[in-house]
Amino acid sequence: MRFHFKTSYDHDIRLFPDRWTLSVYGALLVLMLVLPWIIDSFYLGEVTNVLIWAVAGLGLMLLTGQTGQVSLGHSAFMALGCYSCVIMMENGVPILLALPLAGVLTGVIGAIIALPALRLHGVYLAIFTLALAILADDVIVILSPWTGGVNGKFAPEIWIFGIEINRWANPASWYFLALGTAVVVTLLYRNLLRAPLGRAFAAVRDSEISAQAMGVDVARTKTLAFGLSCAFAGLGGALLGLFAGAFNNETFNFLISIQLLMMIIIGGLGFIHGAFLGAIVIAFLPQFLSILTDNLGSASIPGLETGVFGMLLIAFILFEPMGLYGRWLKMRTWLELFPFARRDMFRRQKTYLKTERLR
Amino acid sequence: MEVMQLLLSGLANGCVYGLVALGFVLIYKATEAVNFAQGDFMMLGAFVMIGLVNPQYLGMNFWLAVPVALLIMAALGYLLDLTILRFMFGQSQTAVVILTIALGFVIRFVAGVIWGHEPQSLHSPLALGDVRAGGVVLSLADISVIVVTLLMTVLLWQFFQRTKLGLAMQAASQNQMAAYYMGIPVKRVQGAVWALAGVVACVAGILYASKGTLDISSGFIGIKAFAAAVIGGFGSLPGALMGGLIVGLIEPFAARYFPTGYSQIAPYALLILVLVFRPNGLFAQVRVKKV
Repeated sequence: MRFHFKTSYDHDIRLFPDRWTLSVYGALLVLMLVLPWIIDSFYLGEVTNVLIWAVAGLGLMLLTGQTGQVSLGHSAFMALGCYSCVIMMENGVPILLALPLAGVLTGVIGAIIALPALRLHGVYLAIFTLALAILADDVIVILSPWTGGVNGKFAPEIWIFGIEINRWANPASWYFLALGTAVVVTLLYRNLLRAPLGRAFAAVRDSEISAQAMGVDVARTKTLAFGLSCAFAGLGGALLGLFAGAFNNETFNFLISIQLLMMIIIGGLGFIHGAFLGAIVIAFLPQFLSILTDNLGSASIPGLETGVFGMLLIAFILFEPMGLYGRWLKMRTWLELFPFARRDMFRRQKTYLKTERLR
Repeated sequence: MEVMQLLLSGLANGCVYGLVALGFVLIYKATEAVNFAQGDFMMLGAFVMIGLVNPQYLGMNFWLAVPVALLIMAALGYLLDLTILRFMFGQSQTAVVILTIALGFVIRFVAGVIWGHEPQSLHSPLALGDVRAGGVVLSLADISVIVVTLLMTVLLWQFFQRTKLGLAMQAASQNQMAAYYMGIPVKRVQGAVWALAGVVACVAGILYASKGTLDISSGFIGIKAFAAAVIGGFGSLPGALMGGLIVGLIEPFAARYFPTGYSQIAPYALLILVLVFRPNGLFAQVRVKKV
């Protein structure tokens, strides 16, 4: 068991609380850097996929996990990021500029959309964003002169400093692009949580009324949360589209945003680790299921993937609302406190619901 | 005449949306949760009916099968509450929202395994015959949809206004602890409302399947029913019906008079407009909480 003796206020907001944590994450970074020389190119592609999903998941995590607003419309913002990035690249903008610009553009548009959505909360926001996600599909078709409509678009060649980033010829280059983006987004996210804005996010999540009483500008905080969340989702969407190579109006349908939401819940709501763990589940579940059905000798069952996904999600919400990372935290606490851990330490408090409805 | 025809077919479609929206409102009124799986409930109800009636399955008499299907769906609704939703008692709305989304996925998967992924049609006596009056053609199914929906709305409305159970449901949603103090068995009341929602979904499903073919993604009309419920103001039963009718009427007219590509966005655009300008629906029931 480690003890933290705090000798300055900076200890509370350090990026890494102690040397041990720093070395663990350092080791992880080194492992990720040498990964292309350890595993074969198929699995490298899968890991790239995980990292891309994690970037998009971090976007939704910021909104749902940190600020407590549910969005079912992040597929629309992923599409926006993807199309804007590709259109910029087709007009000669280099990817290192186009990718962040696509994120910023998505973020700004997301924040503008959030302005009216701010007055909504809970279920209404979820429905509003669901409608956005469905509209996005039709809007892409209507804007077919730019977006290619149902025929879709092909991702342009990607060149960074004279190196071609190609998924098939050079999977490691794609891997490093995704890894770089994921690291930058994670660092941004982590630093955001240490800043006053991140604290305001948590305050709004826990109680809007008390946040207001503490002097947090709820409307501004929510708009910023939505905008930043959309920016990350846009980045993730741009990477996803470029990685897939071809995409059309159905690539980013509203099921993608539901999948994104399930991902962060299975991973663990409110934890950065949760986005990555959830992305691993999302990326490897289809493979795992196909291996399983092959071994059992049965024909593939259509819709099995979403069905299993739904059941997993129900199981997590009922039995482990803190997700995979929450389960790990519990195990770690149990080990650290051994033999003093108590079963009721993580018991959920009994709550009763009240409404603000009058009739 | 053409306008008349569009109007009537829109009304019939709108009534189906209204019926699904009634299911949303029922659950919302009594448990303060929103059942995102209501559309899939409807799909399941219709498939249960197909399983009972169609010759390749059980081949029962249609009118005999209706109460059986309603009973099965009621039992299913109650069981779902008993086994899954009761564990979420007192948890936040959003957790329930996500849970019901997942439930919808599971229901679609189970229905796909049992009844397959091909579109099927219900052997319904309502699907035969049509009525012609003054150049307007109305199928029997359309007429029965409109009649049954009006009947259901009035019945449920009165149920919530007058009966003891209906009032207990409303009390249980407004303040669970206070409802307990008043001697209301809150959990059992919530089970009852899920059973009721199953029945309403089954009725909607039977009528929907009588109007056309059904496949496992039919449940996605639940999203249009959302638009209906939101336009009506989510806590109001007649509001849900009104919302359903508005959405149902917009669709055929938009398809007729708007350029292609723009018509299917009309219901969602309306939903967004209503949420932006009248966030609590046209029949508002929410007031801002003061500290």
